[in-house]
Amino acid sequence: MADLLTAEFWTKYGPLLLDGTIDTLVMTGISTVFAYLLGLPLGVALILTQPHGIRPNNIIYKVLGWIINVGRSLPFIILMVAIMDFTKLIVGTKIGVRGAIVPLVVSAAPFIARMVETSLAEVDAGVVEAAQSMGASTFQIVWKVYLPEAKPSLVLGGAISIVTILAYTAIAGAIGAGGLGDLAIRYGYQRRYPPMLLVTVIFLIVLVQLIQSVFSHVSNRIDKRLDSGHKKGFEPLELLFRFTHTK
Amino acid sequence: MSESIIQIQHLTKTFGDGDTAVHALEDINLDIKQGEIFGIIGLSGAGKSTLVRCINLLERPTSGTVTVDGKEMTALSEKELRLARRDVTMIFQSFNLLMQRTCLKNVCFPMELSGVPAVQAKKRALELLEIVGLADKADAYPSQLSGGQKQRVAIARALATDPKVLLCDEATSALDPTTTASILALLKDLNAKLGVTVVVITHQMSVIEEICSRVAILDGGVVAEQGNVEDIFSHPSTDAARRLVYPGGVSVSQYPAGTHAVRVAFNGGTAYQPLIASLAIDLGVKVNILGADTRNIDGKAFGTMLLGLPDDPNEAAKALSYIRSQPNVSAEEVEYHG
Repeated sequence: MADLLTAEFWTKYGPLLLDGTIDTLVMTGISTVFAYLLGLPLGVALILTQPHGIRPNNIIYKVLGWIINVGRSLPFIILMVAIMDFTKLIVGTKIGVRGAIVPLVVSAAPFIARMVETSLAEVDAGVVEAAQSMGASTFQIVWKVYLPEAKPSLVLGGAISIVTILAYTAIAGAIGAGGLGDLAIRYGYQRRYPPMLLVTVIFLIVLVQLIQSVFSHVSNRIDKRLDSGHKKGFEPLELLFRFTHTK
Repeated sequence: MSESIIQIQHLTKTFGDGDTAVHALEDINLDIKQGEIFGIIGLSGAGKSTLVRCINLLERPTSGTVTVDGKEMTALSEKELRLARRDVTMIFQSFNLLMQRTCLKNVCFPMELSGVPAVQAKKRALELLEIVGLADKADAYPSQLSGGQKQRVAIARALATDPKVLLCDEATSALDPTTTASILALLKDLNAKLGVTVVVITHQMSVIEEICSRVAILDGGVVAEQGNVEDIFSHPSTDAARRLVYPGGVSVSQYPAGTHAVRVAFNGGTAYQPLIASLAIDLGVKVNILGADTRNIDGKAFGTMLLGLPDDPNEAAKALSYIRSQPNVSAEEVEYHG
């Protein structure tokens, strides 16, 4: 482990680690954006069509719920292999950073849909009813009531989603997606070089901590409810637990 | 009284169907006049909240019609209904303010929905906050306000679209008595100044006394009684009305057999003390107060008293005719047969 303190280690592996970190961030960032583009409308649809929603529709609600549950029940590594042809169709390759983004989005979107649903469910039904009593349209209720009122909670959910996707990128590394997970497996596991494993783990922990701190801070800043009971924070250990126990 | 603004005809509301169906409202007929403050009172579960939600169609009636300001609400398309709701706004027990918006932005909200330009909306919202006495709280968030202040913001918000009707669903039930009084005074004031018709849903008789001119008593999903507040107070003719008007429950049955009693109703005349005193002084007849529940409304005495009359039939008759000769007092004999 003393290797970590030598200049030699960092000259040799520094560029690799930098590239790996960038790859991880790129995969995570792009996947998060696309997963939200799918997951957010899905979560909204669940809230609107639920039995006590403002647009109750049992068929849509049940079908969406079923699709989301199927998506969530597949372990990421299986899903990644299972949809390889689809991945190739969309981005032209099954491997690398680009090849990882498609399964990441497919896997995270249902998860995000549930996160969004949970956040929106926290919005007081009375406030939604008040908006209805003022003649708000469904779109206005989503845009001006549900999303803004749930914003602090959505931001916290965002942190959980990003951390989850970050964890998936490490799994994607196992089949050649690149990134920190790829380095950990190739150097740390296959070449039996513990310092590399350690340093990638440290990098991942720091990334997760940074993401969570920034999002928690933002959520607290934008929340105008003084009631601290509504505010959630995650302890570092709990985060690590979440990180290591994702599928 | 002027023309009617809300007409409810043969309205029923049933939740669920088959054996589990709950008949929340049955054959409701109400006629609420332009510019009045109309009360709908009932105990929990009487259907008050469902009824008020049938007025702006947050609940769609199972059958019957609701007409507001000449528009048959029950026949409107969804889009027309959304427009119509700007004329029939609502305040709530739990205020229902948007917690992530300032007071000013909360008041702007309905104007945003109807597409009023932002500058104009802000100007109007400030005027409204001024009217409800919270101009200095424009930039505060709801969580920084007391319950009474939140309800004032909610009232300002409800007035933002210049409604013809303001529905108040238990609007003071979460507030302490002093705050309740100030909110009721504000509603009364707005009714007088703006001419907005106010419909008050409450389980508190005191709220009705304070501001309503007419009242409907809802009991088990039906209108048990309706009329002028004074009439209902002096001559409650149904059990439901009696329960609400005399919360203590002046009941004959709890007195000994053979008691010759008379139920005296005060219909807004003199207070009751001089009556009992003058009975003793003028006639030398001593009566026994078996039970009393009177209240003071705008300086007039309302309520009932149950008096035990002397056993001597002549004295009892004298006392009775004396009581009946008093202005604004009516009396009926109540015989208790063990």
